[in-house]
Amino acid sequence: MNIRFDKLGVVIAAISAYAAFAAPFATFRANRIVPGQARSILEALPATIGALLLAIIVVAALIALFRTPLVLRLAASVVALAALALLVGVAGTFLTPAGNTFARVSPASGFWILIFAFTLLLADVLTRLNLSPWGRVGVLVAASAAIGLLLISGSWNDLSILKEYANRADSFWAEGSKHVTLALGSLAAAVIVGLPLGILCHRVERLRAGVLNVLNIIQTIPSIALFGLLIAPLGWVATHVPGAAALGIRGVGTAPAFVALFLYSLLPVVANTVVGLAGVPRAANDAARGMGMTDRQRLFGVEFPLAFPVILTGIRIVLVQNIGLATIAALIGGGGFGVFVFQGVGQTAMDLVLLGAVPTVALAFAAAIILDAVIEMTATKRRVETA
Amino acid sequence: MIEIEGITKRYDATTVVDDVSMVIEPRTVCVIVGTSGSGKTTLLRMINRLVEPTSGIIKLDGADNRSLPGYELRRSIGYAIQGHGLFPHRTVAQNIATVPVLLGWDKVRIKARVDELMTLYQLDPEAFGPRYPHELSGGQQQRVGVARALAAEPNVLLMDEPFGALDPIIRTKAQEDLLAIQKRFGTTIILVTHDMEEAVHMGDKIAVMDAGKLVQYARPAEILAKPASAFVETLVGASERPFRLLSLGRVRDAVEKGSAEGEAIPGDASQRDALAELLWSGRPALPVKGADGKPLGRVTVDGLVKRAARPA
Repeated sequence: MNIRFDKLGVVIAAISAYAAFAAPFATFRANRIVPGQARSILEALPATIGALLLAIIVVAALIALFRTPLVLRLAASVVALAALALLVGVAGTFLTPAGNTFARVSPASGFWILIFAFTLLLADVLTRLNLSPWGRVGVLVAASAAIGLLLISGSWNDLSILKEYANRADSFWAEGSKHVTLALGSLAAAVIVGLPLGILCHRVERLRAGVLNVLNIIQTIPSIALFGLLIAPLGWVATHVPGAAALGIRGVGTAPAFVALFLYSLLPVVANTVVGLAGVPRAANDAARGMGMTDRQRLFGVEFPLAFPVILTGIRIVLVQNIGLATIAALIGGGGFGVFVFQGVGQTAMDLVLLGAVPTVALAFAAAIILDAVIEMTATKRRVETA
Repeated sequence: MIEIEGITKRYDATTVVDDVSMVIEPRTVCVIVGTSGSGKTTLLRMINRLVEPTSGIIKLDGADNRSLPGYELRRSIGYAIQGHGLFPHRTVAQNIATVPVLLGWDKVRIKARVDELMTLYQLDPEAFGPRYPHELSGGQQQRVGVARALAAEPNVLLMDEPFGALDPIIRTKAQEDLLAIQKRFGTTIILVTHDMEEAVHMGDKIAVMDAGKLVQYARPAEILAKPASAFVETLVGASERPFRLLSLGRVRDAVEKGSAEGEAIPGDASQRDALAELLWSGRPALPVKGADGKPLGRVTVDGLVKRAARPA
């Protein structure tokens, strides 16, 4: 039997070898703002466990390196990721001196690179398995459940990011719900306004170029500048429109953040609606009219269902974009996970930055997977005719 | 009966259909032929008001077609187009049920009609009803398109190059099926095509259009024998003319007394097929048999050649 290398496996093996043997696994700091000291895997873990982790990584990397059966690769990536996730918590406990509440242990570059390498392997395996949409959502749920269990079990409690969380448990969930409300609320508003606007642009050709250009320009304004630009008009509205202030509309705070996210969301929604409607087969449209559908029946019965997967793609772009962008809202007092990011930057406390950044990335990632699955499910039934 | 009176359609300065008047008898097939850009499709689309005429009147059974809102008028007229225009997101059964649903028929009646049409078009309702259009072959898609157009039992069926996307063998079959169904339901069919062969084969009458004008409107034999202009003559095709003329007649009508050797040809085959068979097999005569298999007589090369000559 001749041995053959897997192309992606070579990359995975190379970076995990570097991460396991040359990069630090964990960082130890005497308190949360002093510079840290690097610890390798063998230094960060009790001797036998450290050796075991190294062995797991080496075996998993070898499985990735050669052309091996998919099931074996799946097992290797899952075992490696699980070992890393469990043992980084053990490292936290092991490195923290007993009774010391100031010391901070956080995962270091080696850990993150190993996570990246084996996630890459897992993603590659899942792609090659060609999972159904439900299968992919199932994997997401399983992964979330595993992470949730680790969090509840307390095995990560000695890691710095969870120490930061413990100090801010109440505000974490409050800011979290604000973040989600901002991202989803502005998306909902963009869909409510953008869909009719897109339909109008599709029907009235003269409007199309103008509207899309304006939305394009809005999209190019940097977010901080847009917040700034909104302060004056929203402040004016708050003082001059009765009841506006009572609704929470002010020059700073949630209102301008919401408006800015809404404006950014309009372009993908409107543009994808226009593209989706333009992609409806001419013959289907002609037949619909010729058989006596009214304009409304044609829109809801033929055009809209056929354009739906494309419109959904726009909504996916907006949702992922908004979850990320909502972080900036904290700059003008809009709340959200960005609060921790900017506090962390201000205090040079990277753990606090991570407390804001990690959930944001996880949310965006989960949203992308779920919406991709939904898009695929709607598209399989509505495949565009080939004739 | 469809009466088209002085219909004109202008887009800005260009006149697409120019003062066309014609009467289409009920329960007949009228084929509108012309080159692309001759205005034949626009003329067709003015009948169900997908295009509104600039001037002129179209009457359906005596009633002006503007006496109803456009969408209601269109529900009462069948409409089938090239590339069939099936809705890709709806199943075959849902596609066929489109107009009955728009008209608010009850479920039982819709299901019965869909099953009837699918059976008529040799598509098993159980097997094909729940499929999506992209799962069918081109010929099956076309049949579903026509079945959909006929679903609400329209008196009039408009067809815009309905067989344009089919290969020759399936196309011939589709034409035969359509003629059979036309006879069965007594539907008035107005069919647009650029194919003279199809026009001669399908049409009770042929309307030839050129640059927006109706150049000639007559029975196929007359179009072949007495083309009204050089354009019609070109469209007919000088080298094809005698064979097209023969294709209009049945062997039964060319039978002579006597007998001949070899395999008999059925009496309802076209005279063109008979001549082709004679030429190909190098025989001077063929025996002819009736539908019951009894010999009727024979056809001869000489006899057919006389019939292919320009009528006096």
